[in-house]
Amino acid sequence: MKNKEPLIFIIVVAFTLLTYWLVEPFAHSQMHKHVESEKFAYADLPAVTKTGVAATGKELVTGAAACTGCHAITKDGLPAAMDAVTAAGTYGVNPPDLSNAGALYDAKFLSDLIKNPAHALKVEHKFDAAKGKMHPMTPFAGAGGEIDQEVADIVAYLQSIAVKPEEVTPKMAFENACGRCHAVGYEKWTQIGEKPAFKFQKESLAFDIKVLEYQESLTKYMGKLPPDLSMYIRSRGEHFISTFIENPQAHLEGTAMPRVGVTAHTAEKVIEYLEDAGDTKRAERTATGKNVMIFIVIFAIFALLWKKQVWRDLH
Amino acid sequence: MAHFTKATSVKDWLNQRLAIEKVEKVMASEYWIPKNINFLWAMGMVLAITFALLLVSGIFLLMYYQPHVDHAFYSVNFTIMRDVGYGWLWRHVHGVAASVVFLVIYIHMFTGIYYGSYKKGREMIWISGMLLFVTFSAEAFSGYMLPWGQMSYWAGMVITNIFSLGGLHMDGLVEWIRGDYVPAQAFLTRFFMLHVLLLPLAIMGLIGLHFATLRIPHVNNQDGEEIDFEKESKKYLAGDKAGSKVMRFANDFMSKDMMVVGIYLIFFFYLVFFQYEFALDPVNFDPADGLKTPAHIYPEWYFLWSYEILRPFSVNIGLMAFGFAQVIFMLLPFLDRSPNAIPASRRGAFGVWFWLLLIDMIVLTAMGKLPPAGIFSTIGLVAALAFIVLWIALPFITKNEKKA
Ligand code: HEC
Ligand code: HEC
Ligand code: HEM
Repeated sequence: MKNKEPLIFIIVVAFTLLTYWLVEPFAHSQMHKHVESEKFAYADLPAVTKTGVAATGKELVTGAAACTGCHAITKDGLPAAMDAVTAAGTYGVNPPDLSNAGALYDAKFLSDLIKNPAHALKVEHKFDAAKGKMHPMTPFAGAGGEIDQEVADIVAYLQSIAVKPEEVTPKMAFENACGRCHAVGYEKWTQIGEKPAFKFQKESLAFDIKVLEYQESLTKYMGKLPPDLSMYIRSRGEHFISTFIENPQAHLEGTAMPRVGVTAHTAEKVIEYLEDAGDTKRAERTATGKNVMIFIVIFAIFALLWKKQVWRDLH
Repeated sequence: MAHFTKATSVKDWLNQRLAIEKVEKVMASEYWIPKNINFLWAMGMVLAITFALLLVSGIFLLMYYQPHVDHAFYSVNFTIMRDVGYGWLWRHVHGVAASVVFLVIYIHMFTGIYYGSYKKGREMIWISGMLLFVTFSAEAFSGYMLPWGQMSYWAGMVITNIFSLGGLHMDGLVEWIRGDYVPAQAFLTRFFMLHVLLLPLAIMGLIGLHFATLRIPHVNNQDGEEIDFEKESKKYLAGDKAGSKVMRFANDFMSKDMMVVGIYLIFFFYLVFFQYEFALDPVNFDPADGLKTPAHIYPEWYFLWSYEILRPFSVNIGLMAFGFAQVIFMLLPFLDRSPNAIPASRRGAFGVWFWLLLIDMIVLTAMGKLPPAGIFSTIGLVAALAFIVLWIALPFITKNEKKA
């Protein structure tokens, strides 16, 4: 009688794959909105036309534009005016240190942000100056000269003090761009910084209280406490997070989370940080996976040879 | 008392006390298997191996898992996935095996249906198999609660809620199962107990029963041939291995079992390392939050077909249809009125019935996951009705079947 096993095998595999395709790729394509990546081009923002002068920019940042009234630039020896908890009490969130802003954020985005924060951050549905709802970061109205030139100078200054874009690390990217709003418990990250290992419980509790106070202000500002992102790389996946930070409104219309305006490279580093937190063993998984596959293939070959040997006498 | 002599070897010593040679014969070398069976008959062994993988990986997970609503998520996602050496591996093996075991169970079940291996003395094999299916389902469901993620919580909520729906209105029972008004600590602790103690014990007992039910009728074969095992085994033992219609379980069929297991394990470990998302649902990587209902709540893929039988109807009818789906497979040996224990391909209308049932269950599975709206809910309704009609039709179409 002819051997039916290959046919049976094909039928079993075909039905398995069909079921898999229906409940995984197909079902998910129907359940979730698909958002294409915009490649971090920020096409809605005007192009930068002026070339800035860093030295003029520095004067503006500490002078007319008053960035340092709210932001620290520790790299240039300019400390924060207030500690994180007090700043959050004042602005709702702690304005980030601008030391590396020039490398982390897109230049087009920065230029627009300085002139009109709510627009660049895509939170105009929450902050509308006409209705008296001001964004906590005051727009820069110009220092008497041509405003676009002045903005370009500020951006040039921020870029001149920042690390080179390729030196941005995952930690730096996450802590600057997301860390003021999101905790990552698995990396000990809180909105006010990494929680140190305290010797006394009293100190540890005092730190926790500060975090709670900060979160209270943040919740009031955002409408809800931004989630801890420890496991988000597994719960949302890389594509979702990447397109979400590019434009949160595309996924969750009306969300309070701002478009943070990072470059494509910074976004990659943010993802890497989240992978380190929630998919820590990915390198080990691939390496072990290869070895186990080799082992199992060898096992299967031996099993096949054994079967052939045993069955020789049976026919 | 039996008479014991001075042992000549360790084997002899054991033999006098435990009759190990006899046991070995009964269980392996003189447990006779028909030769005309294909690789689908190795699925039982594949299931046994997968169960062993579940047991071993589960024991490792149990060393670090904490059944407490405040610590469960952390103990799984931080302690096991990050802190413990190769903890992630055990979790992936356990999660993938829990999903794949159902794929193999379904293949095993449909093999049984196709070849009619549930009748003519094989009824108890089928019934013990269905009991295994039910306990496995309970085991998978209880295990899914343990990481205490969003899907654990909400699937636990929705499924236990079934008893309070419509005319059933057994709110007291729901509370009794949960030990609380909502899934909380009492719920987690009892499902933990069920998952790591009571259900695995029941499964091991049932596997023993399932194997025992195979002894007397022997396994079926792919031609529906009635084999005289007595005569054929004598032929084999007399040296005519090639002429006999049967072979030993060990090493003859076991070597084939192992070959199939080898190929299966390549597939299995590929899934463990490189394609695990279907088994470890992303939504369950969000911690349980009783105030935030997920956008889509769906059970694991292997429950989708029966979930979809519940969904498209009004509450009371849905519950009846659901109850029907849960017990109907158990009754298969009695609903099939034909005396023929032969492959479906030679049984006329039954062959059509078989493929329709298989396709219908795949359609139900797909619709069970999709949001119940528009065309999908219509397809779901039709498929659910088709499922019920198919089973009601079964006694009639098999009664008229010609004797082969
Ligand atoms: C009145 C206080 C204030 C002033 C002045 C101010 N900022 Fe800000 N800035 C904020 C606050 C508050 C935020 C955080 C807003 C948020 O996260 O919703 C912020 C955010 C930022 C960010 C991060 C935006 C992002 O995408 O995450 C940058 C970059 C920045 N400011 C640059 C500047 C520069 C450059 C200046 C000077 C031209 C400036 N800020 C002046 C308060 C201020
Ligand atoms: C100014 C505060 C703020 C900053 C900065 C911020 N987020 Fe958010 N984020 C939020 C808020 C608020 C939510 C909750 C949104 C909602 O549910 O509407 C959120 C939600 C999210 C979510 C979950 C979306 C979902 O599916 O529910 C992700 C992922 C996320 N943020 C990632 C990031 C990343 C990555 C960064 C840095 C690149 C970042 N966020 C920066 C405030 C912030
Ligand atoms: C994890 C659970 C199970 C294990 C470990 C298991 C194991 C086995 C083994 C080892 C065999 C003999 C070899 C073979 O035919 O594959 C067998 C046969 C069989 N099993 Fe299962 N089984 C399980 C679940 C089930 C279920 C859910 C059913 C369906 C209701 C079922 C129905 C049968 C039938 C009908 C046979 C006889 C096949 C024949 O005679 O040809 N089993 N099982």
